[in-house]
Amino acid sequence: MTSSAREFRQGLLDVLPILVAATPIGLLWGTLAASKGLVPFEVWLMSATVFAGAAQFVAIEVWRDPVPWVLLTVTALIVNIRHVLMGASLSRHLGGIDGRWHPFMMFLMADENWAFSERRALKTPLTLGYYFGLALPMWITWTTSSIIGAIVGRSFGDPAAYGFDFAFSAMFIGILAGFWKGPSPGAILGASAIAAALAKLYVPGAWYIVIGGIVGMTVAALLYRKGEFS
Amino acid sequence: MTATILAILGMALATYATRASGLYLMRGVVVKGRLKAALDALPPAILMAVIAPTILTTGIAETIAAILTAAAAFLRAPLVVTILTGVISVVLLRMFLSQA
Repeated sequence: MTSSAREFRQGLLDVLPILVAATPIGLLWGTLAASKGLVPFEVWLMSATVFAGAAQFVAIEVWRDPVPWVLLTVTALIVNIRHVLMGASLSRHLGGIDGRWHPFMMFLMADENWAFSERRALKTPLTLGYYFGLALPMWITWTTSSIIGAIVGRSFGDPAAYGFDFAFSAMFIGILAGFWKGPSPGAILGASAIAAALAKLYVPGAWYIVIGGIVGMTVAALLYRKGEFS
Repeated sequence: MTATILAILGMALATYATRASGLYLMRGVVVKGRLKAALDALPPAILMAVIAPTILTTGIAETIAAILTAAAAFLRAPLVVTILTGVISVVLLRMFLSQA
């Protein structure tokens, strides 16, 4: 096996549990989208081109007739503004990868494969094979489960009855544990969580994600001590 | 073009703009010290912020389920087991708490 095939395989192995968790979330989203009047092709098109779970769930909340396409575009921009910070962080680890791939890699940058790439980069240089091993199976799983949800979703009944609506949060908690080293992550995560929860309650729209991220970063900068290797 | 297709393309372009722009933001910036500590904190802080409203302000069942899920993660359970812990405990807690 070539080294890039080995890297791809490692990415696929790492992302497998995420695929299992993403499938019911995709089915749920496809079902909700169809209930708002999107035809299966439109459901597939949004999952394939937007490829951002949180933004797609928020869009379906906002969706109505006639379709408010300007509002939906602006909402997607706000929910996904975190990607600017995520991309800035990930760009530090792309030095070993041909620049021609970077725009396409960014198209596939979802929370999960980004988090795994960041975690991988703590130990070993990030490779194209590993990244695509995470991202391509994610894209295939997300688009496929969305369109299946759109076609047959209504026969599943209420997804909350099976706890599927919590799978997204549980998946993020599992990924977060991989970042936990020493005492300072506790302070960073606590500050981010409280700021985001308060912002969700008092700030309209989806700004809470950006606010939580910036508060977490600020706490990390304040806790930083010169010479500390973190 | 229908308004639905227009909305999807608008969302796709907006999302790609956010994804691609980060690539150029840090170009030429030397990342070390306090800035590095802040950027390193970003991945967990963002993930936490996305789920914080769900686990802190939805209800007691979601909060307890999140604590159990975190416990499973810290006991180094495989990710699938961690996710199942969350999903199963939230179903049981919602049943139990709605009867109490």
